[in-house]
Amino acid sequence: MSPPAEIILEVDKLITSFETERGMLRAVDQVSFSVPRGKTVGIVGESGCGKSVTAMSIIRLLPQPAGRILGGQVRFKGIDLLRADDAEMQRVRGGDIGVIFQEPMTALNPVHRIGRQVAEVFRIHKKLSKRDAWDAATEMLQRVRIPDPATRMMDYPHQLSGGMRQRIVIALALACKPSLLIADEPTTALDVTVQAQILDLMKRLQDEIGMSIILITHDLGVIAETCDEVVVMYAGRVVERASAAALFEHPRHAYTRGLLESIPTLETPSKSLLKTIPGMVASLADHVHGCRFCQRMGRSAGASNERPQLAEVAPGHWVETCPLCSGEH
Amino acid sequence: MFDVQAPLLDVAELRVHFPVRGGLIPQHAGFVRAVDGVSLHIQAGETLGLVGESGCGKSTLGKAIVRLLKPTSGSIRLEGTDITGLSQRALRPLRRDFQMIFQDPAESLDPRMSVQAIIEEPFIIHGLGDRAERRKMVHELLDRVGLPASAGERYSFEFSGGQRQRIGIARALALKPKLIVCDEPVSALDVSVQSQILNLLVELQRDFGLSYLFIAHDLSVVKHVSDRVAVMYLGKLVELAPAETIYRDPRHAYTKALLSAIPSPDPKAKRAKILLDGDVPSPIDPPAGSAFGHRMSHPRYAESIGADLSLGQIAPGHWVAADPCCISNDDLAVLRHGAGLA
Repeated sequence: MSPPAEIILEVDKLITSFETERGMLRAVDQVSFSVPRGKTVGIVGESGCGKSVTAMSIIRLLPQPAGRILGGQVRFKGIDLLRADDAEMQRVRGGDIGVIFQEPMTALNPVHRIGRQVAEVFRIHKKLSKRDAWDAATEMLQRVRIPDPATRMMDYPHQLSGGMRQRIVIALALACKPSLLIADEPTTALDVTVQAQILDLMKRLQDEIGMSIILITHDLGVIAETCDEVVVMYAGRVVERASAAALFEHPRHAYTRGLLESIPTLETPSKSLLKTIPGMVASLADHVHGCRFCQRMGRSAGASNERPQLAEVAPGHWVETCPLCSGEH
Repeated sequence: MFDVQAPLLDVAELRVHFPVRGGLIPQHAGFVRAVDGVSLHIQAGETLGLVGESGCGKSTLGKAIVRLLKPTSGSIRLEGTDITGLSQRALRPLRRDFQMIFQDPAESLDPRMSVQAIIEEPFIIHGLGDRAERRKMVHELLDRVGLPASAGERYSFEFSGGQRQRIGIARALALKPKLIVCDEPVSALDVSVQSQILNLLVELQRDFGLSYLFIAHDLSVVKHVSDRVAVMYLGKLVELAPAETIYRDPRHAYTKALLSAIPSPDPKAKRAKILLDGDVPSPIDPPAGSAFGHRMSHPRYAESIGADLSLGQIAPGHWVAADPCCISNDDLAVLRHGAGLA
């Protein structure tokens, strides 16, 4: 084992709630994990399990006024982001923490030229002059391998393909050489061939800049290929946390196993019945104290018992201790 | 093409071109060659998978086959009947035999109709059964796709994505079709729900002898459900083979690139990826020669201009485009001289 890398981001017992017609819903319920320098941490789970809300809580971009952070700490390079003032957060966001969203079209302004949008980052964060910012932006487009960057600077977002737009968004996120990149489903809307290009690009730029990445995805294949560590979330909670190698080799939680077994791979016998996870992600409106996955499976352990705690079952391998869901098969 | 049994669906040289208008004073500016000379067939009880990047024309091909779009040329035969040029009125009695399932069930189900009304509509259009009989048939269908009978009184938006897809499947099944075109039926679903829907489709095929044209961009899913797989690039098929064969022994450069891009859920299986540059070129003004050769700036691209790039058989059931940029010289020799067919 190599010596433990410096921790760049530490999320500790984060709780985020949304005010809805059905009362306060805990979208993120005491989530803890850490991101070492230069490493990629994946967050995986089905839709509605709290992956994106976790990410948005870290950079404090929750929908207002419904979303509220109720507790916990987010320490980023010594700063407690949850208690930082707005000016500080604006410096961090887009500066030392870059963000990529799933749909590049919503992250780009349709009425401004690409060049202006990329240059703006340099103007705001690096205080560059107009001309210098424009040159820096052109160079950035080159680095994300956009062919003929000088011409593309004059284009509007709709004139580019989905893959090219996502490259622009990556250029925006990485303009200030951030220490941390948060990528929320960066390749979900793209074709596999373009996905492979984008993941390869992210990996190269990560090596160049030495940044850490939080990669949110529902695609376990993408996780296996890109992540060093994995956080599995279910119904707002972390049910398992481990190195990617350990997680895929020895998944301990029944939910993780369910996810892994339900995807067909090229080795799965054709037209054989796939394993399924019965039901669907639990509604956050049902207040469950016990194991939320037992509740989905209709097991009584979910109803009454107290909340299962994360326990370290092997070095660096954490799993929620429910007598029915955790354990080695 | 040497099949003893006549295929359920036989598509020959199908083209779907859309006129493009452009300029300050809109005028005819060319054609989008969305589907440009596709031939394929599907046997009864068989699943043909259709894969390719977005914009390659796979959805257009699916829609043209069920005649939601009018083909520009070519022919579509369903059990020997040519349906290519039939009017919508003449098609109506035949529509019972071919149905479609869409990617986004939220968009293909009318939010103002109850689930009962949605599934019952095909029976009304085709004048089947009275009120009580229809009700019974709807309940049977709901049961068959794994929904409770009480679902009939509710509205589609009250259901989750996976349940909505079940409603879409029930509607498609209502008239006991022979062929269902499934256009990205699971790509909007979470993996655990995706596996439920895939299992349902496989079971229904077994029970009713259905044929599927299964259009998807997830190659692992396509391999799982398909007997044969066709790979499409810029409006044309570039390779077609039994599912096992095409994944084990792809011959076309594009198929190889596509397969190598699939992320494998096994961290130890680090395969070499073939990274493609750029995107699918525009079908408005496609390259004169090999479209994929053009994208790869292949040295033999010039040779492909004017050459016959149609599919030929390199092994029984394994068809590949005779494209000098994209297949090996050995394969090319087999195709050009027609010799060496084992």
